[in-house]
Amino acid sequence: MTEAVKTPKIPPEKQILMTVNGDEAVAYAAKQSLVDVVAAYPITPQTIIVEKFSEFVADGEVHTEFVPVESEHSAMSACVGAAAAGARAFTATAANGLALMWEILYIAASLRLPIVLAVANRALSAPINIHNDHSDAYGMRDSGWVQIFVENVQEAYDTTIQAFKIAEDERVLLPVAVNLDGFFLSHTLENIRMLPDEEVHKFLGGYRKTYPKVKVDYFDEEVPLILNPARPLSFGPLDLYDYYFEHKMHQIEAMKRVPEVVREVNEKWYELTGRKYGDGVLVPYGVEDADVVVTVLGSTGGTVRHIVKKLRSRGYKVGTIRIRLFRPFPHKELAEMLKGVKVVGVMDRGISFGSYGPSFLDINTALYDLKERPLLVNYVYGLGGRDAPPEMIEKMFMELLEIAKTGEVKERLKFLGVRE
Amino acid sequence: MPKQTLPQVPIKKGEPAYKLWIFEPGWKGELPLILNPRQLAEQKRPALLPGHRLCAGCAAPIIVKLASFAFRGPTIVVNATGCLEVATTIFPYTSWAVPWIHNAFENAASTGSGVEAAIKALKKTGRLPYDHVDVVIFGGDGGTFDIGFQALSGAAERGHDFLYILYDNEAYMNTGIQRSGGTPPFAWTTTSPVGKVIPGKQQAKKPIADIMVAHRIPYVATATPAHWLDLMKKVRKGIEVDGPAFIHALSPCDRGWRHGTELAIEIARRAVDTCYFPLWEWTPETGYMLTDRSLAIARNPSLKQPIEKFVEVQGRFKHLLKPENRELLKKFQEYVDMVWEDLLKRAVNTPK
Ligand SMILES: Cc1ncc(C[n+]2csc(CCOP(=O)(O)OP(=O)(O)O)c2C)c(N)n1
Ligand code: SF4
Ligand SMILES: [Mg+2]
Repeated sequence: MTEAVKTPKIPPEKQILMTVNGDEAVAYAAKQSLVDVVAAYPITPQTIIVEKFSEFVADGEVHTEFVPVESEHSAMSACVGAAAAGARAFTATAANGLALMWEILYIAASLRLPIVLAVANRALSAPINIHNDHSDAYGMRDSGWVQIFVENVQEAYDTTIQAFKIAEDERVLLPVAVNLDGFFLSHTLENIRMLPDEEVHKFLGGYRKTYPKVKVDYFDEEVPLILNPARPLSFGPLDLYDYYFEHKMHQIEAMKRVPEVVREVNEKWYELTGRKYGDGVLVPYGVEDADVVVTVLGSTGGTVRHIVKKLRSRGYKVGTIRIRLFRPFPHKELAEMLKGVKVVGVMDRGISFGSYGPSFLDINTALYDLKERPLLVNYVYGLGGRDAPPEMIEKMFMELLEIAKTGEVKERLKFLGVRE
Repeated sequence: MPKQTLPQVPIKKGEPAYKLWIFEPGWKGELPLILNPRQLAEQKRPALLPGHRLCAGCAAPIIVKLASFAFRGPTIVVNATGCLEVATTIFPYTSWAVPWIHNAFENAASTGSGVEAAIKALKKTGRLPYDHVDVVIFGGDGGTFDIGFQALSGAAERGHDFLYILYDNEAYMNTGIQRSGGTPPFAWTTTSPVGKVIPGKQQAKKPIADIMVAHRIPYVATATPAHWLDLMKKVRKGIEVDGPAFIHALSPCDRGWRHGTELAIEIARRAVDTCYFPLWEWTPETGYMLTDRSLAIARNPSLKQPIEKFVEVQGRFKHLLKPENRELLKKFQEYVDMVWEDLLKRAVNTPK
């Protein structure tokens, strides 16, 4: 949700109004972010990003080295090499492409490389399907990447730029994935406002400047972890039981610092552009007095908010929280917000087979410490791009309001919009 | 242990970070500055320092050291997963005196592509404090013939400026001697065991260097650590050309080939003397050119040794020496002759 600010540094009329789809918005954002290396491979619904970026390269509008790799595995591998050599690196993918990257996602995060990856979320095979769900993003959940989900095309643009700022923050130095729903956002035209190039450059502080610092015997002072011939360091050594665990602790600690950085960046962006997304982490609407709250990720957030408005105008005490930052998961903040709520419906556009939707598992964990816990229902919906129309969501709210009345959850895991 | 210091590494813009070792800057000639290996070892510092944990007698570090003597300045090394990688960088130690990155097993070439692209982008925007930084990639046979082949082929097609050095010990050694696309026919490995009915690997060795020639990249060559001058000259040529270069270096492995720890260089020599592993180089301009000992054999075929000379010192082939397997040894000889004759036909400097 976009809130207006009275006097942003760049007033709306100084921003550039463009009609673009989500993929193009991401490509423009990457272009303005002074990316040094883009290594990418086509896959629907991400392809427009690479196509658009290739045009920038062909027209000489960027200094970027574009590496048209032969696979997504190589795309992420090349990004790792590029970022280790000190470059700002970017790639984009979806579904099977993201699955093919899987091995290297972990390596990128463990080597603390601030790569930015746009994922035009798409269902995983089989059966092969090009349409939206979050199974691809959920698949990389434990890889050590920061994961942000956006709701609309404007947010896709804004968040791509923010992602570099977050990834390269010295407190973070982790890769960031920006998730935009395939087709619903990637291929849907929207009027958005973009910043002039130099404002984005200023926001990011120019080219990439930050690197993890390491202390090695060989040198007297701390040195930046980068492939620099003047200070030879070894990246990605064999690391066994005597050190591996400590290195994982560094990653765990870095993840803890992410939410505060996301909030700061959200706030700075607000001052600059007049746009912000909740506190950057969670985007609540109508939660304060609500009996029933529905949580959701991605573009469905808009539909849910629309229904919340409609039901509230009829006097129902309902609200919604869009989870913008999915990894690290804001357990505490969410529990704080959901305190006193009677029933929480958790929408997941994906499932962990044999268990629940992944965001449900986290929310369940988040609520455990509350003295009075809300009742919980997990709604798995929209797999393989199945539509999530307003009527379906309204029906879900009515069901949750009924549960609030009876205090009884008959089924914990429900499937919305699927044939019986 | 006293702290070691690196050779002076000026960080000043434009100056190389390393001392140029045995070739003059912009080297075009035939011979390096030092011709005596002892002198070389005593006076020059290779990119791979002592203290690594590769097996005693392993040829891989010899190849790396020789190659590094031929570097021309600031160089970034990329290493695929395998013996060389795990044994040289056991945290918190490293044997590498150059910036080095290991990403994974099958992606050394794509990692190198990224490093090279970054160097270009930094240079374009005035952020590279050197005239050039070279990228040299080391991969084992598993990481090159097999799992990393797609990444290598893709990177070669895209034309990144790097030198890829395959150190071929003819099996997955790091995981305990399993067969690869680079394992020769009849060799014993733990996944091509010599059983009652199947006598070792049943397939041929993939002609990886010829496959790289088919990519029409600027430079392809074969080398062994026994022919050290030949190896260093080829490394330097591979670095000097603009675009991808590929060197296939045979790397005897005492653990996997089942031979004495003192025999690595001798076996590499015999591999060439028997024409099991001929030495050549290829450029789009010249075509195939025999080099060093292989050229000598082409000129004087009586120098060619029978394949037994190569086989007899290696436990992985010991079944071939049994009387009942005479037929297999013959087949192996035929295979070697076929590959050699084929090369003689293609090489432009074969005496007619
Ligand atoms: C994707 C993947 N598969 C398997 C492995 C296990 N593995 C590590 S090293 C190695 C063999 C390496 O063989 P080679 O490339 O020939 O190098 P060598 O160890 O023989 O020098 C294998 C199979 C791995 N690290 N990654
Ligand atoms: S197993 Fe073979 S290749 Fe590996 S370190 Fe030992 S001798 Fe070298
Ligand atoms: Mg091997």
